[in-house]
Amino acid sequence: MSVKILYFASLADRASCSEESVDTQSTTANSIYEEACLRHGFPSGIDKLRVAVNGSFVSWEFEVNDGDEIVFIPPVSGG
Amino acid sequence: MSLFRLSAEAIDLETERHAIDHPAAGAFVAFEGCVRDHNDGRRVLALDYQAYARLAEAEGARIVQAAIERYELHRAAAVHRVGSLVIGDVAVWVGVSASHRGAAFNACRWIIDQIKADVPIWKNEHYADGDSGWLHPDGSVVSGSIE
Repeated sequence: MSVKILYFASLADRASCSEESVDTQSTTANSIYEEACLRHGFPSGIDKLRVAVNGSFVSWEFEVNDGDEIVFIPPVSGG
Repeated sequence: MSLFRLSAEAIDLETERHAIDHPAAGAFVAFEGCVRDHNDGRRVLALDYQAYARLAEAEGARIVQAAIERYELHRAAAVHRVGSLVIGDVAVWVGVSASHRGAAFNACRWIIDQIKADVPIWKNEHYADGDSGWLHPDGSVVSGSIE
């Protein structure tokens, strides 16, 4: 399946892009993050991150579907 | 009037304030978060805000709606800037109206605290020494990435 991943802030800097389409056999948000870590050298471990799919926060065990928009959310710093 | 929105333009404080007017309101409280010239002992020249707009607007609206119910507000709204800001710019505005001042003060504080904790917006500070960095929620700089 193919998913769209968006990157923001420190993750966008590290990936040198703000979005990418990825063909993957992975089915959970967690495993898709692990693949992104290998591609871009992100820090491993998800304890400081959250993940959103199609505009809503979800758990790392969330089952991703073809065409989904996935965003890994670094610690926020608005305000 | 939207409960929460992102703005690439300067926030018009008068317009925002009057959108909160309500005849039953005996109290109006607003918070203006401004760009300051220092953080963590470093001189700040300017900063950029980036947002995941789709989720930020949904989360922001959820927070403001929750405050309206929790504090029995008459009206409430919040606006957060995105893009490049300079010292003194209003980066975030929160306004609430309530029958009495206690609820208004408490609700305004609660909304800004929730926004800072939950809404996917990121601040990148540009320092006088030429460096820049994304910030953690506690104001410390993210070193290199998200470690």
